[in-house]
Amino acid sequence: MAAFFHTSFGILILTVLQALAIIVPVLLGMAYLTLAERKVLAAIQLRKGPNMVGPFGLFQPFADAIKMLMKETIIPSGANRVLFLLAPMLTFGLAVIAWAVIPVNDGWGIADINVGILYLFAISSLGVYGIIIAGWASNSKYAFFGALRSAAQMVSYEVSIGFVMVTVLICVGSLNLNDVVLAQRTVWFCVPLFPMFIIFFISGLAETNRSPFDLAEGESEIVAGFMVEYSAMTFALFFLGEYTNMILMSAMTTILFLGGWLPPFDIAPFNWIPGPLWFVAKIMFCLFVFIWVRGTFPRFRYDQLMRLGWKVFLPFSLIWLVLTAGVLVFMGWLPHVV
Amino acid sequence: MEPLLANYFPILVFIALAGVIASAMIGGSLLAAKQKPYPEKLSAYECGFEAFDDARRRFDVRFYLVAILFIIFDLEVAFLFPWAVSLADIGMFGFLSMLGFLAVLTVGFIYEWNKGALDWE
Repeated sequence: MAAFFHTSFGILILTVLQALAIIVPVLLGMAYLTLAERKVLAAIQLRKGPNMVGPFGLFQPFADAIKMLMKETIIPSGANRVLFLLAPMLTFGLAVIAWAVIPVNDGWGIADINVGILYLFAISSLGVYGIIIAGWASNSKYAFFGALRSAAQMVSYEVSIGFVMVTVLICVGSLNLNDVVLAQRTVWFCVPLFPMFIIFFISGLAETNRSPFDLAEGESEIVAGFMVEYSAMTFALFFLGEYTNMILMSAMTTILFLGGWLPPFDIAPFNWIPGPLWFVAKIMFCLFVFIWVRGTFPRFRYDQLMRLGWKVFLPFSLIWLVLTAGVLVFMGWLPHVV
Repeated sequence: MEPLLANYFPILVFIALAGVIASAMIGGSLLAAKQKPYPEKLSAYECGFEAFDDARRRFDVRFYLVAILFIIFDLEVAFLFPWAVSLADIGMFGFLSMLGFLAVLTVGFIYEWNKGALDWE
C-alpha cells in the first residue's frame, strides 16, 4: 500500500484525495455559511430565520441547492454564450484553487510552495476577471455597470491589501504561509500591527463585495449588478464563489494576523485543543464579524467607497509599511529565515 | 519530477477538480431542469420597458483612471514583495533605496490627488 503511493499514479490519487479533503469541507462550510448568515441576521433583527426544513432549518442549504438545480438556465439572446458560461466557472474555480496553499495545521498545506502569499495575492487579483467577463458577456446595461463598479472597487482595495501583506512579510521574512504562522508563536501579528489588521479586514469586506461595500449588487438601484442575467446553477456558482471567497478571506486574516492554528496561549488547557480546531474557530469568528457588519452598517455611497480606499487606506497603509520597515531595520529586529 | 515543481502539482489538481465540479454543476442543471426558452425570457433585463440598444457603450472615464492608478500601485506592490523578504540581507542600503523609490511614487500620488483624479463627485 505504501509502495503504491510512491508510484506516479499513486501520487496523483493521493493528491486528489488530499484536495478533496480540503474542497469538500470548504464547500460544506460554505453551504452552512449561507444558513448561518440568515440565522445571525434573523437574530439581529429579532426574527427566527429559516426553521422549517429539518431541525432548526439545518437542511435548508440542501433544499436551496436542489431548487437551484431544478431551475432553467437562461442565456440571454444578446449574450456571448461561451464567455457567459465561463465567467461563473472562473469565479468559482478561483475561489476553490486558492485553498491549495492554506495550511490548516503545521505543514498541512497541500501545496507547500515557497511563495504562498504571492500565490494568494495573484489568485485574489484574478477574481476581477470573472466579474468583468460576466458583466460584458451578459450584454445588459445593469450587468455592465455593476461589473464596472465592482471591478473598480475590488481593484482599489487590492492595493491596500497588497501593502498590508508586504508589512506582514517584513515581519516574517518569508513568503511561505507556514512560516508566516510560525513567526507568530510569541505574539499574533494583530497586536503589533493592529491598524493593519483593521485595514486588512475592512479591505477584505470590500474585496469580497460584502456589505457595507456591496454596492456592486446594490439591489435597490442596479438589481444584482453583474449577475442580473444569471439564473439556476450559473447563479449558484457566483454565489458559491462569493461565499467561498468570504471563507478564504477569513482564512487569510487568520493566517496573517490571528496566528493560524496556534492557540492564544501555549499553556495547559489551550494547547490540548488540536491546531485545526483553533484554525476553524478563528475562521468562524471572522465570518461572524462579516455577517455582524452586514447586519449593522448601512451601505456606502460610491464616492465614499473610493475616498476610503484611495485617500485613507492607501496613504495610511503605505506610511505604516515604511514605519514598520524603518523600526525593524534601525532596531536590528529583522527576522532571518534561511 | 523536480522537487520545486512537485510542490506546484497539487495546484494543477485543484484547477482540474474545480473545473470538473463547476462543469458538472452547470451540466447537471441543464440536464435536470426543463428548458423552455422564448424571446421575452431571453431578452436582457430592463425595468418597465423593452430592452433597447447595445449595452456596451461609453462609460465614465474615471473607471479607466482607477484602472491605470491600480496598475501603478500594484506594480509597486510587486516590487515590494521581494524587497520585504530580503530586507534582512540588503540592510540599510536596501531600505534607503526603496525609500527613494517610494518617494518618487508619493510625489506622483500627491499630484494625482491635487489634480482630482481620486475624486468622485
